[in-house]
Amino acid sequence: METLRIQPAETEKRKNELPSSSALLTVSGLTVAYSSGKRSLVALRDLSIAVTAGELVGLVGPNGCGKTTLIRAVTKVVKPVSGEVRLCGDEVGSLPQAEIARRAAVVPQEPLLPEAFTALECVLMGRTPHLKLLENEGARDFDAARAAMQRTGTWELADRRVDELSGGERQRVVVARALAQETPVLLLDEPTAHLDIGHQASVLGLMRALCRDEGKAVLAVVHDLTLGAAYCDRLVMLRPGGTVAAEGSAEEVLRPELLEEVYGTAADVFPHPRTGRPVVAPRTEGG
Amino acid sequence: MVAGTRKVGALEAGPAVERPVGRRSLWPRLTLGCAILLAVAMLGAAVGPANVSLEATVRILASHLPGVGISESVSPAWQNIIWEVRLPRVLLAGAAGATLAVAGATYQGVFRNPLADPYLIGVATGANLAATIVLVSGADVATHGLSVLPLAAFAGALASVVVVYGVARVGGAAPGTTLILAGVALSSLSTAITAYLMLKNTTNSLTIMSAVLGGFNTATWVKLAWALPYTVPAVLVILAHGRILNVLSLDEQQARQVGIDVERTKVVLLGAASLAAAAVVSVSGTIGFVGLIVPHAIRLIWGPDNRALLPMALLLGAAFLIGADLAARMIDQPSEIPVGIITAFCGVPFFLYLLRRSRVAL
Repeated sequence: METLRIQPAETEKRKNELPSSSALLTVSGLTVAYSSGKRSLVALRDLSIAVTAGELVGLVGPNGCGKTTLIRAVTKVVKPVSGEVRLCGDEVGSLPQAEIARRAAVVPQEPLLPEAFTALECVLMGRTPHLKLLENEGARDFDAARAAMQRTGTWELADRRVDELSGGERQRVVVARALAQETPVLLLDEPTAHLDIGHQASVLGLMRALCRDEGKAVLAVVHDLTLGAAYCDRLVMLRPGGTVAAEGSAEEVLRPELLEEVYGTAADVFPHPRTGRPVVAPRTEGG
Repeated sequence: MVAGTRKVGALEAGPAVERPVGRRSLWPRLTLGCAILLAVAMLGAAVGPANVSLEATVRILASHLPGVGISESVSPAWQNIIWEVRLPRVLLAGAAGATLAVAGATYQGVFRNPLADPYLIGVATGANLAATIVLVSGADVATHGLSVLPLAAFAGALASVVVVYGVARVGGAAPGTTLILAGVALSSLSTAITAYLMLKNTTNSLTIMSAVLGGFNTATWVKLAWALPYTVPAVLVILAHGRILNVLSLDEQQARQVGIDVERTKVVLLGAASLAAAAVVSVSGTIGFVGLIVPHAIRLIWGPDNRALLPMALLLGAAFLIGADLAARMIDQPSEIPVGIITAFCGVPFFLYLLRRSRVAL
């Protein structure tokens, strides 16, 4: 993959900090704070995680625990107070924005799409980091966009204006844009929020296929714990305050006592009758 | 078949579908724009209080081409009218229209605000105030064919951009009507100070008067030469950013995540748009609404792609303002009316329509 540029010389001295040599995304000791006026609010505190090639990691946790902040820090949209983020071996702070976009693509939460542009035009915007200032999209870029749209089932929407699409269709267009970026790392912020269960399964199934077949490293924020347990190789659970509450297999992370502590609500966890994966069911009032 | 379509699906299962996978070619549109601009420019050169025939106009203009002899049958007075009065006027109006339309489209893209226009956000009036201060100070405005007026105007324009953007900024853009409110408020102040300076300096009042009201009645080759060294490079920089401007219409975070250095790009584009607009204002005064009408009309016809929008705004903005200036000359003969009145007549209904539409959207 031509976008993979690992520089062994530079990573050598940091080797002890890298959890795994094949980790495409490593976050170590990351602390991020937002300041509003004189007060500063810590969103992530001393967070360390790693995602290796071929791995689909689900990021779970209650609202406001810093999941979105982590994705912003990885793509240098926010600057950390301390700690570092490495993409394919290089510290993101030292990489130009375009190089970061050649290594990691993002499906943001509630993305705003420009009205009046077509779905294809929006997907082609994912080719931006591969184009020079005066360069227009060529056959190579159209092929990448078409392949991405076919994989997400949005090719039929290519000529439609994005402001005429449904929320779920828009969401899949944004997933296609991220795929068209052709990056080794994919970061998804609730990619299934607006999707029906059929499309939820197909998007997460697609992510799993991208990990298995193309060795991509995928970090996905998932709110539906059962869905996360069904598709992810590993789960990382954050607690309010931006620290890791648990990390590991779905069975290790989705324990009722931990869910009660982190989410503040009682939930039952039982194995799926067919797959054996954990199913999380919040207890209903009086139940 | 439309250019840029090709067969897709040859390799995949299912029927082969004709799909537009390329952008439509720009050339038919650009040719149309050039034809309209040329026609309007010829009309602007040929029509005026002095009845010079179209044929004579063409002969006078052609006589300045290398290798074409001067036409003996045309009187020197007519030659003077066409070459020294009307042609610089048409060219200056064209340059101003092209620049204001391109600058308007740029502000609309960077601020993600459909109502942005160099006049409405206070840039033109700020530029005008700074240019007026230099004029009334009595300093030499030009040396070696270069004028300090565009640079002074640029400083005024930048100050205005910083103020209105600072007031209206929401997460890296200025999408709301706050931008326009701040711009109009700042405009009122700039215009008030400009008017005050005008009254205090009656000796220069004619010059300043035309600067405040806007117009091309004092157009000369020299003025054209003052503005162009700044507007041409600035407009070229903007034209080079068409695709990037499309990506900026995503929100700031997404633009970064597809690889745009948003801060740097905004500085480049706002700087270029302000320099171009300021240089034009410093020689032609404040003319409103061109940057609003022209880009929106083009969007309605051909869609939002800035790679097509910007060059078309350049051509049709020039044609629009040459036409408006022609109307300003001819409506109330033998006197003239300021061209800003014509553009306001066209622009304000358009502005109200957009305001109504964006109020629903915001």
